[in-house]
Amino acid sequence: MTHIMRYSLTERIIHWIAGLTYLYELATGLAFYTPHLFWMAGILGGGPTSRYWHPIIGVVFLVAILRMFVMWSRDMRITDVDRRWAKEMDHYIRNEDELMPPAARFNVGQKYFFWVMLWAGIFLLLSGLVLWFPEWIPWNLRWLRYTAILLHEISALLSIGAFIIHVYMGTAMVRGGFTSIIRGEVSPEWAKLHHRLWYEKVSKE
Amino acid sequence: MSTLQIKAISGHSGTVAGANTSRDYAVAKLIDVTTCIGCKACEVACLEWNGYPFRDTVFDNSYQTMPDLEWNYYNLIRFNEHTADDGAFSWLMRKDGCLHCADPGCLRACPADGAIVQYANGIVDFQQDNCIGCQYCVTGCPFNIPKFNPETKKVHKCTLCSDRVGAGLEPACVKACPTGCLHFGSKDDMLDLAHKRVDQLKEHTSHTNAGVYDPQGVGGTHVMYVLHDITQPEKYSGLPSNPRVPWTVRIWKGPLKWLGNLAMVGGVIGVTLHYLRFGPKEVKPEVKNDEAKKDEVKKP
Repeated sequence: MTHIMRYSLTERIIHWIAGLTYLYELATGLAFYTPHLFWMAGILGGGPTSRYWHPIIGVVFLVAILRMFVMWSRDMRITDVDRRWAKEMDHYIRNEDELMPPAARFNVGQKYFFWVMLWAGIFLLLSGLVLWFPEWIPWNLRWLRYTAILLHEISALLSIGAFIIHVYMGTAMVRGGFTSIIRGEVSPEWAKLHHRLWYEKVSKE
Repeated sequence: MSTLQIKAISGHSGTVAGANTSRDYAVAKLIDVTTCIGCKACEVACLEWNGYPFRDTVFDNSYQTMPDLEWNYYNLIRFNEHTADDGAFSWLMRKDGCLHCADPGCLRACPADGAIVQYANGIVDFQQDNCIGCQYCVTGCPFNIPKFNPETKKVHKCTLCSDRVGAGLEPACVKACPTGCLHFGSKDDMLDLAHKRVDQLKEHTSHTNAGVYDPQGVGGTHVMYVLHDITQPEKYSGLPSNPRVPWTVRIWKGPLKWLGNLAMVGGVIGVTLHYLRFGPKEVKPEVKNDEAKKDEVKKP
């Protein structure tokens, strides 16, 4: 066994739909977030164009995230294994992986990331609907608009925090992780080191 | 601050009229609702000056034949049939439109470069060329004024006839008003006039609660009202008694921005430092002793 299939083609496609739509949402959203980054809306076709597409692409992102939920909700459930793993997180951060308890298909960090993105996505869509069509909100329900602007920005900031860590770990920190989400395959040594319980399960099959 | 203020006149005896005087160049429109007769001349003048078509009127058993402000209807008389405690009937008519706040919530909320401009004379003006159609201004406004044109995806509101005022003219509505209920001039003069009118009402009429509406919660406004009853502005179709830019808008555009910037920059710096200190997780080719034992059992 030279390679183990870690992510199926469907999983990879959905991951990248979510990833690329999130990048678009990030760029246009940051443009609306601060005047210092408004130039990003210019690069992406101008302010009105960015405003037009931001909510539509946002819906695509949410559909991808919900599809992920259907696909991965069982794998993402937080278990006792995760709680043990989370206690030793310090070692993981210091790259002392040999001291880590074994992890299943996803470690607890990946699970937290998944749940943060799912809930942030849901809150972003709910608040985003209000921001998308404010003209439909009657004046005596204006508190909806007042709440939505705060909720949208707080959810976005939380997702950005998670996203920074995710991109860092997926590209720079965990070598082999980026290849796995592109080609779908990992080496048995990689699987043993990072996801021993999952490795044991798939090597039996 | 007009650049055409006279400094010197040739062959002129005596002092130059107006020399060495300076006055506040902030402008204001004063709406004395106590002398409004609801003729809607201001509405017509507004449409004519701005080149907008007349809208279909609706009939709902009241004089309110235009239900609301629209993107191409900046100026609306709101009719209220008011019955006082003693049963006396009166009209409470109020010309509604942008109040040109000194602290404009629309401008605070707007993310688009140059879409909302506040002039030194106090006029707050929308520049539709730069508007991206996000309608954050609608959320920022405590008076429910900016209106969205769904076709062009641009937001519009009263300009206080910035084009006319820039040319030394009064706004079109003021020019059309037949009763002298609308006044236009410097903010100082209009405040002075307003207070004189309030004193007059208190002295000569039963409107002892008369007052000037220049709400300080939004830093004062460049469109002010004289109301019969300043204690209850709400009865003039919901004029808020203490308008402020919504607190969520202030947090959103204030502390949350700093917190967010700090968190995002901090996050990027944090992961960079982590990489410099600990480097990547690489799969080591040799297997550690205690792990090797486990592997012997499980290896197929």
